[in-house]
Amino acid sequence: MSSAWLAVAAVGAATIAIKAAGPLVFADRPLPRSLAALMPLLAPCLLAALVVSQTLADGRALVLDARAAGVAAGAAALLLRAPLLVVLAAAAVVAAAARALGAA
Amino acid sequence: MPARRLARGEMAAGARAVAPIAVAAAAFGASFGILARDAGMGIVAPLVFSLTTFAGSAQFAVVSLLDGGGAVATAIVAAVLLNLRYLAVGVSIAPALRGSRARRLMESQLAVDESWAVAQRDGRVDRDRLVGAGLVLFAAWFGGTATGVFAGGALGDPADYGLDAMFPALFLALLAGQVDGPRTRTAAVAGALIALALTPLLPAGMPIVVAVAGAALALGVRR
Repeated sequence: MSSAWLAVAAVGAATIAIKAAGPLVFADRPLPRSLAALMPLLAPCLLAALVVSQTLADGRALVLDARAAGVAAGAAALLLRAPLLVVLAAAAVVAAAARALGAA
Repeated sequence: MPARRLARGEMAAGARAVAPIAVAAAAFGASFGILARDAGMGIVAPLVFSLTTFAGSAQFAVVSLLDGGGAVATAIVAAVLLNLRYLAVGVSIAPALRGSRARRLMESQLAVDESWAVAQRDGRVDRDRLVGAGLVLFAAWFGGTATGVFAGGALGDPADYGLDAMFPALFLALLAGQVDGPRTRTAAVAGALIALALTPLLPAGMPIVVAVAGAALALGVRR
């Protein structure tokens, strides 16, 4: 099995189970309090980790390249309350421009 | 039957409320299809992924980690951790779902961040709005993925278009929607710092997985 199919199968099965667990298993039993408090914190934590690693990491090296310029543009658009598609377009266009101008 | 007409009305209301977000979801689906194909996932795997997982941030995380040379195990763990929040979402929608186990299983899959947000009414979840919004988003996400997978191959290297900067920009936008107080802000800052500090030390993808400890640290912060 290729790594792509392995990931699709494992993540797909896990996600179906995670989404169904509440309505099928925990319907009458609430989650333990500490666990319930942790759940809403997982996504912001992981999303922030993804932002920095995909902006700055190149393998094990930390680099400032065209991606950082693009993400900075996306962040500026976010601060201006631009719609999501504008945020993404700003990131892509600025990164492509920076790359065309010679940034790695 | 008035009750039935009412239910259909709420389903349509959910579908209408989520329509603007569905346009963005279709565009996201297309960029997911393009990037997945470019990362070497082929055509069928990304389509099956969007059918079974229906959770954009986790799917993007898998593609970007596999594309970045990360091990498949780290991609799987990161995606599952990203989706664990749906455990809490599932618990919150549980009282709203009715009928057989099979039906509740199917309907529970329609809960994503946006359909869940649209389904909130008077402090509880409205089942019909959840299903109406979820179906529209699901169609947009899967249709977008198919468009991207089939059209994307003709476009060449996504780096030429700056699409690789769209990943982190997307995660940043999703993050902005999740940060709503000191606790979530602390979780985000801790996750970012841990990932940054561990990047030179661990194989690609692993810093993301370890960064989840930041969420536990944030539990010590007052809401």
